[in-house]
Amino acid sequence: MNNLIRLGSDGAELATADPWMLALTPPEAPTAPLILSFSDWLARQTEAVLRGEQTSADAVCLQPDEEAEQLEPYLAVLPLIAVHFPTFRDGRGYSQAYLLRTRLGWQGELRAVGDVLRDQLSHMRQCGFDAFAVREDKSAEDALKGLAGMSVLYGRSAIEPRPLFRRRGGL
Amino acid sequence: MYHYDEYDRALVTERVAQFRDQVARRLSGELSEEEFLPLRLQNGLYLQRHAYMLRVAIPYGTLSADQLRTLASIARDFDRGYGHFTTRQNIQYNWIELEQVPDILDRLAQVDMHAIQTSGNCVRNISTDAFAGVAADEVLDPRPLAEILRQWSTVNPEFLYLPRKFKIALCSATEDRAAVMMHDIGLYLYRDANGEMLFDVMVGGGLGRTPILSQPIRRALPWRHLLSYVEAVLRVYNRHGRRDNKYKARIKILVKALGIEAFAREVDAEWEHIKDGPAELTEAEFSRVAANFVPPAYVPQPATDLGYGTALAQDAQFTQWVQRNTHAHKVPGYVSVTLSTKPGGDTPPGDVTAEQMEQVADLAERFGFGEIRVAHEQNLVLPDIAKAYLYRFWQAACEAGLATANIGLLTDVIACPGGDYCSLANAKSIPVAQAIQHRFADQTLLQDLGEISLNISGCMNACGHHHIGNIGILGVDKNGSEWYQFTIGGTQGKQSALGKVIGPAFSAAEVPDVIAHLADVYREQRIESERFVDTVARVGLEPFKARVYQREEVRA
Repeated sequence: MNNLIRLGSDGAELATADPWMLALTPPEAPTAPLILSFSDWLARQTEAVLRGEQTSADAVCLQPDEEAEQLEPYLAVLPLIAVHFPTFRDGRGYSQAYLLRTRLGWQGELRAVGDVLRDQLSHMRQCGFDAFAVREDKSAEDALKGLAGMSVLYGRSAIEPRPLFRRRGGL
Repeated sequence: MYHYDEYDRALVTERVAQFRDQVARRLSGELSEEEFLPLRLQNGLYLQRHAYMLRVAIPYGTLSADQLRTLASIARDFDRGYGHFTTRQNIQYNWIELEQVPDILDRLAQVDMHAIQTSGNCVRNISTDAFAGVAADEVLDPRPLAEILRQWSTVNPEFLYLPRKFKIALCSATEDRAAVMMHDIGLYLYRDANGEMLFDVMVGGGLGRTPILSQPIRRALPWRHLLSYVEAVLRVYNRHGRRDNKYKARIKILVKALGIEAFAREVDAEWEHIKDGPAELTEAEFSRVAANFVPPAYVPQPATDLGYGTALAQDAQFTQWVQRNTHAHKVPGYVSVTLSTKPGGDTPPGDVTAEQMEQVADLAERFGFGEIRVAHEQNLVLPDIAKAYLYRFWQAACEAGLATANIGLLTDVIACPGGDYCSLANAKSIPVAQAIQHRFADQTLLQDLGEISLNISGCMNACGHHHIGNIGILGVDKNGSEWYQFTIGGTQGKQSALGKVIGPAFSAAEVPDVIAHLADVYREQRIESERFVDTVARVGLEPFKARVYQREEVRA
């Protein structure tokens, strides 16, 4: 189990069936579709995928020191993008998510993986994540409580591009 | 001053509930200390040497009388009867129980206050001139834009886990009283010939282990682009700032590594994407916020007040206090008054008792318009006092023990809490400050020395801003004992300069003598009414070093 929360059209739910396997070191004989580092992903793709003619069977995991922009040529063929939080104190993943959603136009699943914890989920959600692989030793059910966050956002985010001053009056 | 609306109140109330839940989960063991640490820091809660310390936000240093009374009640009910005003215009309480923090935050929320982002690797309290809105030399009022920035940076989801803390200051007066050049982003606000509000944006300043003054990154930024431009700087920093070493993680290190031109190109490339988007400020939003800062109902004052003139003529102590502790006001007949939190004796710089806070709140209502400011020099300012009331005001301030006439003088010491409280400190600050104040208690000597800023930090983190003190003292640890390193020639403002180290460090007992030697050299070398810092700039370090260390050699 990936301890996964996914946002759907009916709100957030615990994902009971999730086939993906995070494999930052690729296994010899994979039994599930893999989420790979960008370099591993590139090495495993066919020419057709790299030319954008065929969808990839593998997903990519961005590390904090990688540029979100490097995925731009492949967005059409990627089934899922994961962003790795090696520690929850490393905030680069928030900007990567913001860029993927608002600048690069990524519409598919954007999954937070790694040190993903209840108290950061609402910030991740606002930056555009729609799936959260909660750290293994924590309860995903409990983490769901952190997803809503606060009702007021002064500034703006990937899911609310207008700052509060352009939304006033609607409370 | 700014008044909360339903959005502001909802955010603060929900934040209290959120933190109450986080504290409960920490106490139950559900959250590890490692997981809890950034959460509590983002709510201003540090674990210090003896207890938790709670730092409460005072946005751009502005308080109402009721808010100050609430701060007094917290000092009395949850601490040991006093609070410590900081160099970031905030207040901190040093003896706090974790279990009680949610109740303290609740009480703060009742008066539209909070402790959000007073610590942690996020955008901190926005600071500005303590005389904002009232100073005679002000070009325009920076508070509406400071408030707009405060709101925008509060719980901004993308920028809560930056590489390191991030400090922003604004100034829009001829004299920079907000130490703008030692901030991560510094904003000089002014109007052009057409009346348009513009910013000169500075970036990459900061003290700490590697003190650097900021550099200009963009001139004449139209005010409407304030948020998008700051967002661009923060995004570049969040993505590219170093995270491998906390001492190299501030934006100043990134700016230095890339060079200001290359850093500016990165920011411009990012800004290009967002500058004309929804973050662009509107006239309506500016007007909405600015309406909170309309001037109070000043009463026209006579050109000369006879009673005030008589008091000045007859009471030399009052005259001295007026000269030192009042500041020119933009409205004729009014002044801004600085109440010194540094009377000497047993009181650490910046410490104010609950009773005094209540007395100041009363003074603000009785003589002013119920508003109080916190200066980054850790003093309290009452911005609007009519000269006609000044003598009675002074008498009341004397009774409260808040009328020490030492603003800008050697005993107006700026000091962090130091090793008495702070677990980061290498050395104590407070006893050193007290020893200096004791040594220079003589008013005649003190007045003769004139304007000298003295800043003490207990460690490299430089909370006492020692690098920009005319005399800076840094606590250092040498094989487990406490030593003090001196810098001289530092200065804040538009001509900011970092002080230079004069030589090997001294023991605590030697510090007052060192200051006395520095003062002696100054008095011998000064030309007419030249200030200490100008004498240092003119004659250099050598005469000072020679005197201070000559004595060392003789004794050795």
